[in-house]
Amino acid sequence: MKIKGSQVVAEVLVDHGVDLVFGYPGGCAINIYDELYRYQDKIKHVLTADEQGAAHAADGYARATGKVGVAIATSGPGATNLVTGLATAFMDSIPMVAITINVADRLIGSDAFQEICITGVTMPITKHNYFVNNIDDLEHSLREAFRIAGSGRKGPVLVDITKDVTEEFVEYSSKAPYALSEKPELDREEITAIAEMINKAERPVLYLGHGTVLSDAQDEVRDLIEKADIPAAYTLMAAGIVRYDDPHNLGMVGMHGSVAANKGIDQADLVIALGGRFSDRVALSPTKWATKAQIVQVDIDRSEINKNVIVDRACMGDIKEFLTILLPQIEEKKHEAWNAKVHEWKNKEKPISNVKNAKLHPHQIMEIICDAVDDETIYVTDVGQHQMWAAQFTKHKKVNKFITSGGLGTMGFGYGAAIGAKMGCPESRVVHITGDGSFHMNMTEACTAVSQELPIITVIMNNRVLGMVYQWQTLFYDERYSSTKAYRATDFVKVAEGFGAKGFRAETPEEFKQAFTAALAESGPVWIECLIEEKERVLPMIPGGKTVEEMIVD
Amino acid sequence: MYKTLKKEIVSVLVLNQANVLARVVSLFGRRGFNIDSLTVSATNDPTLSRITIVFSATEQSMQQIITQTEKLEVVKSIFVLDRENSLYRELLLLKVNAGSEQRRFIKEIVDIYRGKIVDLSKDSMIIELTGTPEKLDGFMEVMTEHDIVEVCRTGITAIESNAVEMNLDM
Repeated sequence: MKIKGSQVVAEVLVDHGVDLVFGYPGGCAINIYDELYRYQDKIKHVLTADEQGAAHAADGYARATGKVGVAIATSGPGATNLVTGLATAFMDSIPMVAITINVADRLIGSDAFQEICITGVTMPITKHNYFVNNIDDLEHSLREAFRIAGSGRKGPVLVDITKDVTEEFVEYSSKAPYALSEKPELDREEITAIAEMINKAERPVLYLGHGTVLSDAQDEVRDLIEKADIPAAYTLMAAGIVRYDDPHNLGMVGMHGSVAANKGIDQADLVIALGGRFSDRVALSPTKWATKAQIVQVDIDRSEINKNVIVDRACMGDIKEFLTILLPQIEEKKHEAWNAKVHEWKNKEKPISNVKNAKLHPHQIMEIICDAVDDETIYVTDVGQHQMWAAQFTKHKKVNKFITSGGLGTMGFGYGAAIGAKMGCPESRVVHITGDGSFHMNMTEACTAVSQELPIITVIMNNRVLGMVYQWQTLFYDERYSSTKAYRATDFVKVAEGFGAKGFRAETPEEFKQAFTAALAESGPVWIECLIEEKERVLPMIPGGKTVEEMIVD
Repeated sequence: MYKTLKKEIVSVLVLNQANVLARVVSLFGRRGFNIDSLTVSATNDPTLSRITIVFSATEQSMQQIITQTEKLEVVKSIFVLDRENSLYRELLLLKVNAGSEQRRFIKEIVDIYRGKIVDLSKDSMIIELTGTPEKLDGFMEVMTEHDIVEVCRTGITAIESNAVEMNLDM
């Protein structure tokens, strides 16, 4: 049967099980939106405040559900507004398909109204992109986009379609999605060699990255931890891979990681890196990282191996498959002395605050939240100090429950992502933790949370400064607070009400507890503004390029 | 830590489509590699093109750019050319001011290098020369004593007599 290009888009989405998309209409995209109107019982379209919000929502949806997120935008500014969202997804390996509609093919290259070469713009921030100006290429390009987004190391793919293609007719019949690309074949000899290294190690540490989450390997990781009695550190992106109360849990590694995790890696004789990329926020000084250890690296992306830190042994492949082959070769073992040592570091760690007599501390906020919600709760953060406090003090229990922009560090990511997560997992409670700086970038998405009646609780840690940069200026720039004191007069309670949401303000733990309890009972979005001290710091901290020896703890 | 930079030549087989060169070159650029020379041409298979890139890299950065390049959807394969087992050629066009009295001196040099004089006017000539980059460099060196007006070099194109696929010591 012959159908229009716009309907091909809708049909391919249906074929891929997509029932929820985020986007914003426009002149060039109007045919697609006309089709979405006809398909509204099969595909729900969520209108966001702007396309950046749509991109973050598609991303948050993908992170929460593990499915491919879809964002739709019109040409020109619609498409360029997706850029930060695509880059965020790209840096964190999140499967996403963005569909943009460009001006008609006869106008391409003429600087037409709202014309932008979005494939050129997004080339470095997508796994791949397609420019479709021929109806015969449309279906294949869209199907390839889904295949590429979900294969290997996942990531975003953009398909830019000229408006005339959305109007033309083409033969179409429904079919199954293209099979995902084969995972790289694991080298079994290499795995045996790695198993021997683990069996021989006296002070082994696991360094768990996002790859463990993306390959759904949490059970296998737990088996390895228990069988070989190995303490485990995780990256920001892998929060939840080990339970917060697991005795082997060393905490987060890196710049704002725990003393135990950073010391553990520093003192280890074997570091087993699973799906982590030794980023400059983890291996802050790549040549002085884990210097006493042999390092083993497993990653599905060959280009990550030896990229930042030269390793002693590596294996390319899927983490889950790797562990499945590895586990039977691992001897049951106890590392009592080593674990005792690690526990010494752990026990010294308490929620740290450098400010005495503050009425409300960030760790108190996180504690109250964690105690009030269940295990299925999804925490979504923006970027900055609050993000690190949230990472440090959340009682992580499961994977895919802590959604944060790790690689790109996108302020303004949170609200859109929270909306995507909530719509993907309507049964789960979603708590959005943000700061006054980040929230000023994206609070307009409140209109979406209100229109979709989403009971997302937004907790704003308001210190009235751009805290992370402010902290650096305090520590390294002699308190020259260039542009980090904002002098804003935003009344978050009133703004919330203005959007049709509910607003609370809290200045003490008691007030916050009360507000949070009230928020849990609401059926729509709630904002809770928490007033915290501007001098409150994220600690501990290893300054950029430095080592665990130079860690600042108070 | 000081790392020696080595001139490397890689051959990339890519899909013969619009924008493919931009994808490969942009990747080199954003990963911090300066391309010394670049040639692109069709192959005997009309769906594939070959890009030959010369650039400088350390061993580690070499692995990095190769593994990043092979991730591009449009890249079918990438080879580092083994110097011993590959043939390199480059073409040079050189315009030099030469009156009647200089011509024979220049012609002598051109003959030694087995080049060709492909254009001649009253007071200038254009020379065509094909060969390895080293041969072209040598020719240029000898020619410096003459009044060179313009030089164009195509960049290296290369073919492996026995290609070695990039073997990453992992």
